[in-house]
Amino acid sequence: MNTGTLKKLMTLIGPFLGLIGLFLFFAIDSENGGFFRDPSNLRIIIIQTVIVALGALGMTMIIVSGGIDLSVGSVISLSGVTAAVILNTAVASGIGASTSAWLAVGAGLGVGCLVGGINGSLITTLRIPAFIVTLGMLGIARGTSKWLAGNQAVAVEKSWIGSLLSQSQLYFHFPIGVWITIVLAVLTSVLMKYTIFGRYMYAVGSNESTARLCGINVGLNRIMIYSLAGTLFGLTGIMQLARLRTGDPTVAVGLELDIIAAVIIGGASLSGGKGGILGSIIGALIMSVLRVGSTQRDWPNYIQEIIIGIVIILAVTVDHFRSRKDKS
Amino acid sequence: MIAPPEVPRLRMTDIRKRFGMVTALRGVSLEVGPGEVHALIGENGAGKSTMMKILSGALRPDEGSIQIDGQGYQPANPQEGRESGIAMVYQELTLAPDLTVSENIVLGSEPHRFGWIQSVQQKERAVHALTQLKHLNLPLDEKVRNLSVAQQQIVEIARALLSNPKVLVLDEPTSSLTRVDTEALFTVINRIKQTGVSIVYISHFLEECRQVASRFTVLRDGSSVGSGSFESTSQEQIIEMMVGRSIAQLYPRLAHELGEERLIVKNLKGISKPSDVNFSIRTGEIVGVAGLVGSGRTETLRVLFGLDKYQGGVVTYNGKNMIPLKPRRWLKQGVGMLSENRKEEGLLLNRSLTENLTLTKLGPLTKCGFISPAREQTRSRELLQKMNVKFSSSTQPVQDLSGGNQQKVAIGRLIHHEADLFLLDEPTRGIDVGSKSEIYLLIQELAAAGKSVLFISSYLPELLGVCDRIAVMNRGKLIALKPASEWTEHSIMTTAIGAESDSLS
Repeated sequence: MNTGTLKKLMTLIGPFLGLIGLFLFFAIDSENGGFFRDPSNLRIIIIQTVIVALGALGMTMIIVSGGIDLSVGSVISLSGVTAAVILNTAVASGIGASTSAWLAVGAGLGVGCLVGGINGSLITTLRIPAFIVTLGMLGIARGTSKWLAGNQAVAVEKSWIGSLLSQSQLYFHFPIGVWITIVLAVLTSVLMKYTIFGRYMYAVGSNESTARLCGINVGLNRIMIYSLAGTLFGLTGIMQLARLRTGDPTVAVGLELDIIAAVIIGGASLSGGKGGILGSIIGALIMSVLRVGSTQRDWPNYIQEIIIGIVIILAVTVDHFRSRKDKS
Repeated sequence: MIAPPEVPRLRMTDIRKRFGMVTALRGVSLEVGPGEVHALIGENGAGKSTMMKILSGALRPDEGSIQIDGQGYQPANPQEGRESGIAMVYQELTLAPDLTVSENIVLGSEPHRFGWIQSVQQKERAVHALTQLKHLNLPLDEKVRNLSVAQQQIVEIARALLSNPKVLVLDEPTSSLTRVDTEALFTVINRIKQTGVSIVYISHFLEECRQVASRFTVLRDGSSVGSGSFESTSQEQIIEMMVGRSIAQLYPRLAHELGEERLIVKNLKGISKPSDVNFSIRTGEIVGVAGLVGSGRTETLRVLFGLDKYQGGVVTYNGKNMIPLKPRRWLKQGVGMLSENRKEEGLLLNRSLTENLTLTKLGPLTKCGFISPAREQTRSRELLQKMNVKFSSSTQPVQDLSGGNQQKVAIGRLIHHEADLFLLDEPTRGIDVGSKSEIYLLIQELAAAGKSVLFISSYLPELLGVCDRIAVMNRGKLIALKPASEWTEHSIMTTAIGAESDSLS
């Protein structure tokens, strides 16, 4: 094996060993370990990962292309509320529950895509940093979501959306939402690795000037990346709706930080041009093992938060040292 | 040859330094007498900077010894170096832009009483330092930000002199100065010399070195390969020491036939530069562009390629109108550009060699819309071999390569693109001599194959050695496009400067 591939593998090995270590830490525990490593609990962990993992798919594309999106949590809530409102309206106007659900999902994805497109366009045309644009969008999307929902949770009509993450409707041991996430992860990974569009994501993130010099339409690519990622965030919102069975405008506050953390733990660099889907998925798993594990140990919420903070700093420090060593 | 005095002011003996796998210095010796201006000459990467960092105390040598006035000198850090009488003025100025001239001069050694700066003494010291340089016309209370580069340099030198150094090191001091300012700087250097301070003058401009220094030491690939007095050594001898081969070997010539005009540029204008550029390139032709820093060579290329804003003019390529100018449209027509700035613009530093090579033309490497790793790797190996790149794996990030090899990858991208016109901005800047001669040969091969090359360079010998025709740029205008045989280094310089003094008067 050549050194380049080996190096790439090494960047994944760190997070992977971290995940294994963390898992063992919770699983070996004498008091709760038996419960923690029970297959049904593992299923819960996987299901819990869906939301962060789906968000991480979009976030990986954005971070790899040198951007950032802070509006994800708000977009998730906006997409969920939109879908809930559309579903209820459609059912109320006599459309069948199944068709209504399709309409709702379409609307949720559409809203996500639209917000992403707006983010990308503003960053490109106004030349404002992504950090600022998406920080603004965080407020705009959250406000819109609350306005749409009439400032309260929207209870939804029964439909198949509820079964997306339901533990009672399993296909090959997992609910359909888990399988959708896995398929999308594979597709996104292929998109990033084996298509010209994907190659341009890395190029734009690694060095925007070089991308320009090489004739890449940086603006158009950026808008496409944010729109595609936004669509995935829209889907994340649908999953959130599936889990809560209500369109809650106050949900997923600060979730973007968990998602960004997962991507960074997975080996992506905030300066762009570096990262991959497999790493981000491992990062997402680390986040949910931590969350589920600490909850089941009855650790208070603040302990989780402190631990996650430490893990992020640790992961980035390790990566930083490794890349410094590479250079000398 | 002038024999160095019995006890030299500075003697560095057989200095060696390694950084991990890379040997930066493999035995360098240097002797400088009291009150002598000694030129340290060498191409980029020859080891000049490492050598000076060791002298200043910023780096420690692995082997070798340094003596000042016969006394052993082993500084642990730059502070100790300064206290032992070594003062450095670096290429990149290190002034605090928002402090005044006098504050900058005394920076780090402010006269104070109980922590309160004594502003009267501060000014006195600054005035004293400037008097030594006979540069009293500098406004002491002006913020350094508002000074010209040349004035800032005087401030920097005054600050260096404040510590009463025995040896003053000037690292490429003229690289951003105009001719007039350079002359003024040389006057200052002569005054310092007369006070008995020894000066190590680092530069790769030979003519300047000859003008200001009496003796020289040449570094090449981390070794000192020769030293002597300028009086008894010819320019050619020094160049051959620098590059380690004869000039004929360095600039090979392959027969190439000139065909029809391929690129025609008329009245090209950018926002401030270029103001009026006209030229054409024929098939199989190598056209060089010379000019001082800031004359608008790079700007011309950037406007032409569509990277900077176009303000007017006509550009045709193979008879086709190329306005609006856009990189994508050029690349589609088979025209590629090499950026002068490899790290900031030329390469995706943290991506692989392969990705850097194939970026502009991925289409032929796809199968059913997906990039085929097998095809891409085959192509990339082929290119790396053709360009003679030293690498361990085609998937390693390009930042792991040496400067010369990075540049070969950047040029390899144009080869992969199968460009017909190569726009090369400073293709040999900051790379080793071996890589340079390979690039010169490559340019000849391209021309022999009927490709056209536009070659921008600040290094006149290579323009004269490689190009068919050479143009000179000045103040945003391209003037005097003539066959290379009608130019000399001197006539290029006077053309580049001459018009400048015209426009000043």
